[in-house]
Amino acid sequence: MRSGIFAGLLLATVSAGAAFAQGAPIKLANVAELSGGGATVGNNWKNGIDLAIEEVNAKGGLLGRKLEVTHADSQSNPGVARAQVQKALDNEPYVLLGPGYSGSVKVTSPLAAEAGIAQIMGGEAAELTQGGNKFLFRTSFGQQSSMPKVAKYINDELKAKSVAIVWVNNDFGKGGRDVITKEFAKYNIKIAADISTEAGQADFAADVSKIKAAAPDAVFVYVNEEESARMLKELKRQAITVPLVGETTLVGQKVVELAGDAANGARGHVGLTTDAPVDLVKAFREKFVKKYNYVPDHNGLKGYLAIYMIKATTEKMGKVDSKAFADNLHGLTIKAASEPGILMDVTFDEKGDIDRQGFLVEIVEGKQVVKQVLPKLN
Amino acid sequence: MTATGKYLRIVLGIAVIAALIVVPMNFNRYGLYILSQWAVMTIAAMGLNLTLGYAGQISLAQGAFVGIGAYAAAIMTTQGMPLIAALAVAIVLCFAIGWILGYPALRVQHHYLAFVTLAFSTLAFLVFRNEDWLTKGIYGISNIPRPNVMGFATNRPLPFYYFCLGSLGIVSLAMWWLIRSPWGRAFVALRENPVRALSLGIDTRRYTLMAFAIGSALGGVAGTLYAPLTQYIDPVPFNLSLSLDLLMMVIVGGSGFFFGPFLGAMIAVLLPEWLRFTQGYYLMLYAVAVMLLLIYSPTGILGILDRYLAERRTKVASALRAVAKSRLETAP
Amino acid sequence: MSNLLDLLVAGLATGAIYALVAVGFTLLWQTSQTINFAQGEFVMLPAFLMLAVMHAGAPFWLAIILGILLSLLLLGLGFKLLLVDPMLRHGVLPLAIATMALAIGMKEAVKQFFSAEASPFPSIVPAGDVSILGRVVSLQSLGVLALAIAVVIGLTALLNRTSIGHQMQATAQNPTVARIIGVPVERMILLTFLINAFLVALASLLITPIYLAKFSSGEVLGQAAFIAAIVGGFNQVRGAIAGGLLIGVVDNLAAAYVSTQYRAAVPLILLIVIILFRPQGLLGRPEERTV
Repeated sequence: MRSGIFAGLLLATVSAGAAFAQGAPIKLANVAELSGGGATVGNNWKNGIDLAIEEVNAKGGLLGRKLEVTHADSQSNPGVARAQVQKALDNEPYVLLGPGYSGSVKVTSPLAAEAGIAQIMGGEAAELTQGGNKFLFRTSFGQQSSMPKVAKYINDELKAKSVAIVWVNNDFGKGGRDVITKEFAKYNIKIAADISTEAGQADFAADVSKIKAAAPDAVFVYVNEEESARMLKELKRQAITVPLVGETTLVGQKVVELAGDAANGARGHVGLTTDAPVDLVKAFREKFVKKYNYVPDHNGLKGYLAIYMIKATTEKMGKVDSKAFADNLHGLTIKAASEPGILMDVTFDEKGDIDRQGFLVEIVEGKQVVKQVLPKLN
Repeated sequence: MTATGKYLRIVLGIAVIAALIVVPMNFNRYGLYILSQWAVMTIAAMGLNLTLGYAGQISLAQGAFVGIGAYAAAIMTTQGMPLIAALAVAIVLCFAIGWILGYPALRVQHHYLAFVTLAFSTLAFLVFRNEDWLTKGIYGISNIPRPNVMGFATNRPLPFYYFCLGSLGIVSLAMWWLIRSPWGRAFVALRENPVRALSLGIDTRRYTLMAFAIGSALGGVAGTLYAPLTQYIDPVPFNLSLSLDLLMMVIVGGSGFFFGPFLGAMIAVLLPEWLRFTQGYYLMLYAVAVMLLLIYSPTGILGILDRYLAERRTKVASALRAVAKSRLETAP
Repeated sequence: MSNLLDLLVAGLATGAIYALVAVGFTLLWQTSQTINFAQGEFVMLPAFLMLAVMHAGAPFWLAIILGILLSLLLLGLGFKLLLVDPMLRHGVLPLAIATMALAIGMKEAVKQFFSAEASPFPSIVPAGDVSILGRVVSLQSLGVLALAIAVVIGLTALLNRTSIGHQMQATAQNPTVARIIGVPVERMILLTFLINAFLVALASLLITPIYLAKFSSGEVLGQAAFIAAIVGGFNQVRGAIAGGLLIGVVDNLAAAYVSTQYRAAVPLILLIVIILFRPQGLLGRPEERTV
């Protein structure tokens, strides 16, 4: 008896997932890390998307049609991400958004490519855009474009001959560490210490004492914001005075807020940050804080930009055409002057990588100070 | 159980199996993927049910065994070896590790198996992540091929679903046989009354260990199906939370009931679907539901059903007795 | 050598945190056979309760008091009455699994109702460093260490010197006999739950400025405390303290001298070795119950 009931339920539930009829609203599908280890990433991304959609719809929508998004939770698990992306694609969205974890992007991008639907995602691993996938687009610099800038800075400006690398042992941290290790080799910079840390780690005493023993000319820190803050505190306590260099995750406002004056002196390359000295970005930050009561990290910006990428591309095409979308986004330059939602001028290349200006910043007395603007290449 | 009841059950069973084969034929890819996932998770949960439900031991490493199976499949099939070879490796490896892990833990107190398996679960994750040369580390292994079964390619979703369903069928039959064998009866005797089992001459430690090792091996079997299902694996899905999820599946469905894992896996796999309207709250609701269920019936949903049926039988029986008694009394 | 001393000091500071969390864990096990898999989340929550009170405009000191009271109410009384009491008759395992579900529920609730982001948390110990024998130690770490020591002394005194303590011990050792000789067993069990709730609230107050308030921060902490409790001795308060300190030190030494990639493995291997050779834990006494 009981086996009959549950099998019936099972089949009824699965078959209920049929596609909706194509109505007036433009359907977008977001699959992101809403729970699990990547919940912070996924929720920022989602909030950015929701904010942008609200704005677009408030101004009459896209080509007169409202935007509508469904959010699905990948649970930070590639297997679940694959299922959810499959489901989203079966419903034929205009564009697929997410996921944020590189592993989840890797397992889902062949599906989107097969369905011929463009996928705008948050992953930063270098290899994602190297496989010739014509439907995959980044929202931020891949590590292959950000790390060379950091390495160049460490070599040219700091004149460091040996560097200690501290990285978080997940796909984000390992990816960055592998790319910068190659870059250092080009400059003949010696790696004095190669230290992996855990996500959520609280005690960095042993890691910092290793750095101390290695006595490098500079330390490259590539861990998430919270761990960056704890790391900076420990580096200060153990009186390490060599330059500390990193990426967005080392010099963001969140780190300053969490680390206090231990953050002073930290410097790094920043591609996308709510602290960018750009009026449109500042305005975005105010809107975001007003709606959600917290300052987003770069994932919030990425989600927001994804929607405006869709808007700009669609307006350029003059029609909502899912099949032609990817072709039209390749090689497209979106100017902030004509589309303020894109915040900064950006160009997409044939691989789906982006070109945008970046910044080299330093924390001075608890404030992010831009030391150098790295211009857009083209 | 009357004869008609028995026939009814057989007819129902055949109808369910037929439905599982026929109905998905026109499902979309997502529906097939979810059903395949259900079949794979059911196998893993069945293994855990043997350990937890029949032998009464809590294991927090079932996810790690699924991981071992998945890595065996991913590593070997991407090197061109057949999946069946990976399956053999996974079964032997998981069985052996299960035995080695269980041995010290069960030598002492029973709940120590939970502690040892908790530690093992994290250790396995660290090995998956850190041994780049073998597992490709955090980047994971992609392009895992789907097998050819007796000449049929299972690349498309539907054939692969049948492959998973067939595997589930074989595992179910084996399990059905196992729990009706003398071993299976010994497992149950252990759970019901260990002291009595011991006094009856059952080597309790050996049987408990056996239940745990077989259960672990089934985790490995599920893993060898999981890898070709997702076609990409990295270490993250096999951390402690998968073990906890599997534990919940067994408990929610009904630990110690043959069909418990089927039901539990179905709820876990489809739950996000059912509770979509609650948006971000579904995991919270799930947690609360599990706690309430456990308070009401620690043997899960099937436990409730079982209790209900037992009560009805007693009621029917006592009603019959009452009728018989009144007849006797009214008789002159 | 000086490096080693630094690591020892840092390890003790972290270990003191684990120890504080592990103490309550062992208390619950002793009096009510509760394996609380949500213990880490129990430490995570009070900080959010205090933050919520502060967001409502209350000053920090008031938030601390209200936070502790709320913890006593929710994590002490509520936990015992709503989850442990109805589950206890089902045995150890279903309750252990229910606490796993509770852990998930608490994390999700904080994420949904508060934030998925980490928040800074004010420190009751001034954020400075002091120099002891040439080592630089943070005042916060010293505060945690001092509190851990105070807890051990306080709890030991309570258990061994007072009549309530004797009654609690009797309850822990044999509830049936205790009931016969007139110990109010139920009240004693409730008392241990309240003590645990108080300890986690204190731990939360001290730890959160270092760990930051985040929904997931209980995961690492809970597992470390769990290992500490087993290594030190599941049925002894001083065992939990020793286990916590040991795990903290071992973790640091492993990161420095073994491998940072495998640092998390070393305490786990220690755990397995302990179960193999000294299942009652380093300072624990063997348990009579074998089934």
